Amino acid sequence: MTTTSPGPTDAPSVQDPYLVVEQSPEFQALRTRYRRFIFPMGAVFMVWYLLLIYCAGWQRSWMGQKVVGAITVGYLFALLQFVSTFAIAILYTRYADKNIDPVAAELKAEVERLDSLTGHHPTHLSDSELDVADLNAGA
Amino acid sequence: MNTLAAIVTDSQRALAISLFVGFVGITLFITVRMGRKTKDADDFYAAGRSITGIQNGIAISGDYMSAASFLGIAGLIALYGFDGFLYSVGFLVAYLVVLLFVAEPLRNSGKYTMADVLAYRLRQRPVRTAASISTLTISLFYLLAQMAGAGALVSLLLGITSDLGKSLTIAGVGVLMIIYVIVGGMKATTWVQIIKASLLMGGTIFISLLVAIKFNFNPSTMMQAAQDASGNPNFLAPGNRYKDPVDLLSLGLALVLGTAGLPHILTRFYTVPTARAARTSVNWAIGIIGAFYLMTTFLGFGAAALVGAKAITEADKGGNSAAPLLAQVLGGGADSIGGTVLMSVIAAVAFATILAVVAGLTLASSTSFAHDFYNNVVKKGEATGKEEVRVARFATVVIGILAIVLGILAQKQNIAFLVGLAFAVAASANLPTIMFSLFWKRFTTRGAVWGIYGGLAMSLFLVIISPVGLGTPTSLFSTTASSIFPLSNPGLVSIPFGFLCAWLGTMTAREATSEAMYPELEVRALTGAGAH
Repeated sequence: MTTTSPGPTDAPSVQDPYLVVEQSPEFQALRTRYRRFIFPMGAVFMVWYLLLIYCAGWQRSWMGQKVVGAITVGYLFALLQFVSTFAIAILYTRYADKNIDPVAAELKAEVERLDSLTGHHPTHLSDSELDVADLNAGA
Repeated sequence: MNTLAAIVTDSQRALAISLFVGFVGITLFITVRMGRKTKDADDFYAAGRSITGIQNGIAISGDYMSAASFLGIAGLIALYGFDGFLYSVGFLVAYLVVLLFVAEPLRNSGKYTMADVLAYRLRQRPVRTAASISTLTISLFYLLAQMAGAGALVSLLLGITSDLGKSLTIAGVGVLMIIYVIVGGMKATTWVQIIKASLLMGGTIFISLLVAIKFNFNPSTMMQAAQDASGNPNFLAPGNRYKDPVDLLSLGLALVLGTAGLPHILTRFYTVPTARAARTSVNWAIGIIGAFYLMTTFLGFGAAALVGAKAITEADKGGNSAAPLLAQVLGGGADSIGGTVLMSVIAAVAFATILAVVAGLTLASSTSFAHDFYNNVVKKGEATGKEEVRVARFATVVIGILAIVLGILAQKQNIAFLVGLAFAVAASANLPTIMFSLFWKRFTTRGAVWGIYGGLAMSLFLVIISPVGLGTPTSLFSTTASSIFPLSNPGLVSIPFGFLCAWLGTMTAREATSEAMYPELEVRALTGAGAH
């Protein structure tokens, strides 16, 4: 692994295009933007969903209270889960359209450009070759 | 049995059968046409990656909305009110896990199966063997539930009550599913799903609309009528089915985390050309499935109010008759033309639903067997695409026959737990390994293998020692020995256990090659470079 972090444009010809792109600031920023959305949002919808399950299991009389006519707190809560699911899907799609897709397309083109330039294609080792490689790395 | 005779008339039986035969005819025609266009492994496993995002979204909905959803959830809401609706919520929210974490990276870094992603930087043979075993287990459980459901459905909807008639129906469903898959591969299966999803949505919208008209488009009136008819003042509150809140939590976890590990859903993402199209697929699936599950409240409450719990449970203890009986009442009753037509349509849609879902499941299992196990484990990756597809077709026949035989044998068993169990295994065995291999650089082969086998074994073990296996009059193994594990779904314990095994396996040994390959996997997963 090189200590300098070469940009995608000035890749040394022997290096794996995927590694070069992975170390580029553009890719690092892309990964951060992706993870910064999916992990917090994942936590939000899981907590929100588990809150419904908690209330359905342990706050039954509250969930059974009628709000409008025969419509209960529980049903409104469950309906809100539908609304939040649609909303999160829309939010993510907008976010990805704006913040992920354009950079991802650029970096994909960059990998392909370096690929054709260097003629380097990732080769996959067999299980036994991987065993040898891991032994060497451990030694 | 006089209630059965009362709900099924001869003309209705004839109409339902002819509608179903029409569905089979159209789908077989498409299958043969698609079969001519199925030339290589890409076509057979992944429909040549030629499906659009929208088409795939509809097909995912078709794969997902099983008869268990259509008939089962409508029945649960009709009989238990709110607790049934929780299934709908869990099944939908689950797609956020698919959308945010799994669909796009999977599409970008895999080829045909879930194991492609795991094997990218781990040892091929142990990882693919494990993934193949979990895929076959999950699919077989799910298949069995659908097949036995088909047997129950004919007696319910067509009045065929003899054991031979039911067994023949199961065999017929199995043979049709084998034909769809071996002749038309993924292309045909996709179109079967699309047609089925359209029929199911059309039928559900129509029935829901009729229910809404009955109650002047006022959900409060409908729910009040459902509560009044149930005679239970707490009908609209939680707790009518799940007395133990921990049981509810366990099921809720399995539902929300299982979908992202279901092999027949995951393989669908390989049929589209790009990650963007995979995202579009999930969004369409969320829209369609969300609308469908919202409508299950109309079916369920409508049935509770207009049919009544007594008539529903008299026809079928599990409540599966709620939607068809509701259709009959809405059409004008058992002796009317409207009632006959409407109930026949719903019966035919339910059969189409079962047939499409079993085809999707069979294709996912034979794909994993041929691609993961035969080619990459037995043949060490040397098999040609042609050989692989030949093995996949052969596996389809074997799995199909196995499903028919087990489906016939399981008819007398109480197998309603099988779908919940399939979700629990998917969440416990598959999800930890998929998530860790995509997002954790240090993840190792041992972690993947321990995670899959650990999650799988724990789920099965807990079910065997739970009330499903022991201690109740309907238990599978012993009705006298008391159960050791109190929950009917193992998810609450087995899902964390699967993650723990995957973590422990990873922390006990380092794997330099896996870490070295991670950058490449990451670039592929995020950008789509080098994608198949």
